[in-house]
Amino acid sequence: MATQHSRSVARLMMAPAVVLLLGWMLVPLTMTLYFSFKKYLPLRGGDLGWVGFDNYIRFVSSSAFWPAVQATLVIVGGVLVITVVLGVLMAMLLDQPMWGQGVVRILVIAPFFVMPTVSALVWKNMFMDPVNGLLAHLWRFFGAEPISWLSEASMTSIVMIVSWQWLPFATLILLTAIQSLDSEQLEAAEMDGAPPLKRFYHIILPHLSRAITIVILIQTIFLLSIFAEIFVTTGGAFGTRTLTYLIFQRVLESQNVGLGSAGGVYAIILANIVAIFLMRIVGKNLDA
Amino acid sequence: MARAVTTRRKSFNTALAWAVGLLIFFPILWTILTSFKTEAQAIASPPLFLNFNWTLENYAIVQERSDYMRFLWNSVIIAGGSTLLGVIVAVPAAWAMAFVPSKRTKDILLWMLSTKMLPAVGVLYPIYLLFIRLGLLDTRGGLVVVLMLINLPIIVWMLYTYFREIPGEILEAARMDGATLKEEILHILTPMAVPGIASTVLLNFILAWNEAFWTLNLTAVDAAPLTAFIASYSSPEGLFFAKLSAASTMAIAPILILGWFSQKQLVRGLTFGAVK
Repeated sequence: MATQHSRSVARLMMAPAVVLLLGWMLVPLTMTLYFSFKKYLPLRGGDLGWVGFDNYIRFVSSSAFWPAVQATLVIVGGVLVITVVLGVLMAMLLDQPMWGQGVVRILVIAPFFVMPTVSALVWKNMFMDPVNGLLAHLWRFFGAEPISWLSEASMTSIVMIVSWQWLPFATLILLTAIQSLDSEQLEAAEMDGAPPLKRFYHIILPHLSRAITIVILIQTIFLLSIFAEIFVTTGGAFGTRTLTYLIFQRVLESQNVGLGSAGGVYAIILANIVAIFLMRIVGKNLDA
Repeated sequence: MARAVTTRRKSFNTALAWAVGLLIFFPILWTILTSFKTEAQAIASPPLFLNFNWTLENYAIVQERSDYMRFLWNSVIIAGGSTLLGVIVAVPAAWAMAFVPSKRTKDILLWMLSTKMLPAVGVLYPIYLLFIRLGLLDTRGGLVVVLMLINLPIIVWMLYTYFREIPGEILEAARMDGATLKEEILHILTPMAVPGIASTVLLNFILAWNEAFWTLNLTAVDAAPLTAFIASYSSPEGLFFAKLSAASTMAIAPILILGWFSQKQLVRGLTFGAVK
């Protein structure tokens, strides 16, 4: 049992981490809130006084807002569907007995370690370039007209790039989960003559449901704030301006800090809604 | 009972898995191959796979054009510094929560996790402004602090889940024998905690190395790490596929190698212990 003394020592040991994170959370958050109620243009007059909820209203009523919401939803949704579906299939494949399993795992996981700026540029130029890209060669080989991926199919392209980056994460987590499945249960079902599809729906999928939920929640948090992939490919053009990118442009490019800060507050609220669900699941796990 | 698997089925699995694995890995492989081609060979039609004259000239050109070593050094300092600092702050905190839990431990842990959910763009301007005021813009020190703070929740969580696996009975026995807190930490906990700490360091080094929001927005020249080095290739300039490939290979090679050692920790670290 912990003594009074060890309790106060413990509190002291936690203090630096708690104080740092508290500062990291409160200081910028307070500043963002403060700016969001101001007309603040650092390059054009600076602080021009309080404006109430004006920025909040202008942010959502600007013509760029709804397209940005739509772009965000398409990217997050598209990547989630692709990575979860392919991730489940990949995890089931990698769980099978085979030769060189370790090497295959390494090959599959590798994209996760490629920095976002590199993967975006490699895809943009070496694969999606309409003249010299590998996909253009492939299209021509089959007699089709090459596509200007990042301008004609901009959203598809971004979803493809980001899915390639996140598929390893989904695969790895789902593989870890699938490996904890009791193989005797599967064997019993197999012996009872349950067809593969039934085994999948009634045994594998329910077993994976928690891991899938976690993959969805964690990826959503990261995907809501993807930045580099858009920054180096389209720069927000061709309908790929997400909420994160729109806020970035308002704050740093057009230096309209008040408006951008109001957008930032919206982004924080949105992220927190997702976070609440994630915390519930993680919190339950702590009790176990 | 081990499942009996026919050789035929195993061969089929192997072929399929290798095909899919190579397909996923292909963009990386292609980048590495292209980095050894000349610019003309890099855009040859039909594409050349292995039948080209291997050359190292792109690496020399890239190094000359923008001092790779300086960016590399910045990446090492920023990723290494932020990880080290984070671990120094997090070890005592995670130790206290794992071995002297109180009613509030769970709340503190969840609150720490919640700070990780704060979208970076929501606090971009305040941080930018603070950096200007404090003279931290485009300094390695400033980035070390920011990356330490964004990764601190993951570091605390990972260490906590590792520390919790150390059996409490050993500690109690040591306490019975009159071990002081200092002895307890030095002689009992440290040796048992080292593997967990090592895994934590590895994963967080990788995360900090690849971080591309703050490193792009808070650096210009002096402190720019490899993420910015690569971003400078975003506007095409004539024939540049081979050079881009060489630069990309140089930026990802160190971390690919480290990454392969950290597969297991990746799951634990990024799911906050929810999947092991």
